Amino acid sequence: MSIDDQISGARPTSNGRAQAPNRVRIRTTPLPAAIGTPAATESAAESHVHIAPDAVFEADDVGIFYGSKQALIDVTMRIRRGQVTALIGPSGCGKTTFLRSLNRMNDSVPSFRIEGQVRYHGHDIYGAGVDTVEVRRRIGMVFQKPNPFPKSIFDNVAWAPKNLGLRSGLKERVEKALRGAALWDEVKDRLKDSALGLSGGQQQRLCIARAIAIEPDVLLLDEPASALDPIATGAIEDLIHTLKGRFTIVIVTHNMQQAARVADRTAFFSLETRGEKPIGTLIEFDETERIFGAPRDPRTRDYVTGRFG
Amino acid sequence: MSVFRRRAQEDFDPTQPLVATGNLGRRHVVSRVIQSIAVAAAVAAVAVLVIVIWAVVSHGAKAITWDFVTSGYPTGVGPYLVGTAEVVAIATLMAMPIGVLIALFLSEYAGRRWTRPVQLVLDVMNGLPSIIIAVFIYILIVAATKQQSGLAAAIALAIIEVPLIARGTQEVLRLVPEAQREAAAALGVARWRGILTIILPAAAGGIVTATLLSVARAAGETAPMLLLNSLAKGDAVQLNPLKEVPNVPVRIFQLSEEANPEGFTEAWGLSLILIAIILALGLGSRALLNRSKRKLTR
Amino acid sequence: MSATPPAGTASLQLARSNRQSPARKRVDRFGDLALFVICAAAALLALLVIVLIAKEVIEGAQPAISRFGLEFITNSEWAPPLEQFGGKGVILGTLITSAMALFIGGPVAISIGIFLALLAPVSVRNVISPLVEMLAAIPSVILGFWGLLILGPVLVNTIEPFLHDTLGFIPLFGAPQTTGNSVFNAGLILTIMVIPIIASVSRDLFMAVPRDLQDGAAALGSTRWEVIRGVVLPTTLSGMTAACLLGLGRALGEAIAVAQVIGGATESHLSLFKPGGTMASLIALQFPSAVSKLHTASLYYLAALLLVIGIASNLLASWVGQRFGGAAGATR
Repeated sequence: MSIDDQISGARPTSNGRAQAPNRVRIRTTPLPAAIGTPAATESAAESHVHIAPDAVFEADDVGIFYGSKQALIDVTMRIRRGQVTALIGPSGCGKTTFLRSLNRMNDSVPSFRIEGQVRYHGHDIYGAGVDTVEVRRRIGMVFQKPNPFPKSIFDNVAWAPKNLGLRSGLKERVEKALRGAALWDEVKDRLKDSALGLSGGQQQRLCIARAIAIEPDVLLLDEPASALDPIATGAIEDLIHTLKGRFTIVIVTHNMQQAARVADRTAFFSLETRGEKPIGTLIEFDETERIFGAPRDPRTRDYVTGRFG
Repeated sequence: MSVFRRRAQEDFDPTQPLVATGNLGRRHVVSRVIQSIAVAAAVAAVAVLVIVIWAVVSHGAKAITWDFVTSGYPTGVGPYLVGTAEVVAIATLMAMPIGVLIALFLSEYAGRRWTRPVQLVLDVMNGLPSIIIAVFIYILIVAATKQQSGLAAAIALAIIEVPLIARGTQEVLRLVPEAQREAAAALGVARWRGILTIILPAAAGGIVTATLLSVARAAGETAPMLLLNSLAKGDAVQLNPLKEVPNVPVRIFQLSEEANPEGFTEAWGLSLILIAIILALGLGSRALLNRSKRKLTR
Repeated sequence: MSATPPAGTASLQLARSNRQSPARKRVDRFGDLALFVICAAAALLALLVIVLIAKEVIEGAQPAISRFGLEFITNSEWAPPLEQFGGKGVILGTLITSAMALFIGGPVAISIGIFLALLAPVSVRNVISPLVEMLAAIPSVILGFWGLLILGPVLVNTIEPFLHDTLGFIPLFGAPQTTGNSVFNAGLILTIMVIPIIASVSRDLFMAVPRDLQDGAAALGSTRWEVIRGVVLPTTLSGMTAACLLGLGRALGEAIAVAQVIGGATESHLSLFKPGGTMASLIALQFPSAVSKLHTASLYYLAALLLVIGIASNLLASWVGQRFGGAAGATR
């Protein structure tokens, strides 16, 4: 992935966030630490390297281990701001594992170990002194199976903002999130009803609303439509289009047509036999049209042509 | 709307270092305090356990001699040990078949209709205070025959043991794969043969475990003994259950109610023996349970 | 075994059953029936025992019920030689000690459950869990003995004077006695007994909360406590209530340990540090040496009251557990 790609491939983004001028400037000096604790300043200085202006994530030679078993190897990629990046590939090749390591959700797996670096806006996510809760506040996630809380619809969306202390304008915030998830019209009259009474597709949109209510920087979607019927799937895909500018989206999907429909860039993961065992790795990462139209790697070509239709 | 968005943005610049922003610092403090409280509670519980066991061991160890364990009142406690073993054995002999049969009923015969009521009966039985069971047996037997006896106490202990054995057996029966029952039926084996020769043996480990645990519980029950079987002197072994049988819990209770410090030493010694037996039963049954669970779910 | 078409199976079975002798078939039919009858009889026996217990205890209490009626509950004079029996003192003692056990032991036990299920690594849990359960295995007579000889003196020398000096204006914290036999001691012993029960059930409840629900909360940038408070506790509320009711039942019915440490008094008072009595402990202490028929009947009256409260809390626990579903997910 060369420098020209970043400059030429960057699309003009239209969300309010990217327009703020100080976001696009390349920093070459360390940021003044926001909190001013010594650890923060040090790690900020260390981990803040020259970054491309619109790269949100940078994975550098990332390898992931569960105990002694290696699940992922040699992943190096840059995920850009404001775009939708899809991770596709056969099952078991590590794409969900990689996604979950972007917001440290793999920490709860006891034998999890990561090598290489994952940088978010230049900061090493797994660095010393990193606050995991803060990471997840900025990088939200929606899971494969809808998992709404057994609370009312309103309380589901309002829960995280309340934790963050964003209590003023709560009702407006909930409405905005539900509108953003294309769910408002369906639930506006029954916000006090239990979220468990919604259909599967509605529950998943509720989970999306819940995630965007705190206005994260990034949304990670782990096969968000795989548990849903085709109509609900279509609704989710439309949703991704509308959310695209506001958030940087990384989506794992086993459905190639879905990737082709929603993603700006697509990463193809697959299993590669290194030594004895097959290990998941990144095969190719490019513009979606290129991956599906004219893939460079024969393995990519086999995968995308084999499964089409 | 854009004013609103900018305000939230001001709280939160995603390119800042990944340290706590906004109110997260305070929230972390709260979370850590609560976690410390939880840890402290667990430590306190273990501490109490250690303190009590340490007290029993340190005060009771000095009383344990060969003479102590084998002779009778006033120098030893042998008859109490034998008596408790006898009464608990009789109780368990009565309780085990009944408990297993009830569990079989619940797992093999009770349909939707009967499961809840029978389960409720078991739960209520389990929750009956042992003093009430003791009073009941007193009315039924002791008041009628004007005679305390080990047998009366054994019946009371059996009532205490039945729900424990039933519940433990139920859990193991649940683990027996449905496939085994179906296989037996498919082979044309009669239901009763299938239950007795295939299902029960598969659950045997769990049944033994449940029985051991209920024995551990019954050995320490004092209230039934106090009301129904407390008049034995303890100078000689009494094997006839129709008479008063000396037993350990009542002896400890009596010694604790007298103000005699020498008696206290005997009580500590008895307590040590009783706790040691109960812990051994507990550990043994736990090991057995793990083994039988592994066999069933292989 | 080859796959045979349905018709073939039927003939196979027919052939097999023809091979079975008619005598064996009769035995089998009888065996099936017999086993069912035996099992059902066992279940019925259990029900019979409970009904019989209720009947006998209430009948035994009749003389006292007809003599004192409901005044038994409000009258606090308990004087066997005078044939005066009022249960208010011990009823109050029961309420105070059980309340102590529940309101101190409940939160502590739930905290232990949180620790074991949600905070501790598996290796720690596998060590501490059995230790907590071991606390429940200690016979009450030994715990009471320990409370009498060890806890009592400690309380009298340290905690009771401290509480009396600082909070003595509240009648609850009156002047301590010298013996260490007090309502407070009994309450603490009951707390120790109740904690492992509630802690084990809570731990199982918390472990059953689905992982994906907790992950969902964590992915929204919440602290550990916020996940527990927002997801784990609300979904297990009914189960925890049932667990606390079970613990309460245990505290209400404990006779022996309480009898050893509470001092055997029957007067009605509110001071934690004076000797007192509970219904169960009074029965244990006075039953073997009751002086008159009315005395015994009054003790049966207490037993009947205890039975009613005990069964009620048990039924309530079952109902709460049934009605509000299991640990995973609240059904509104």
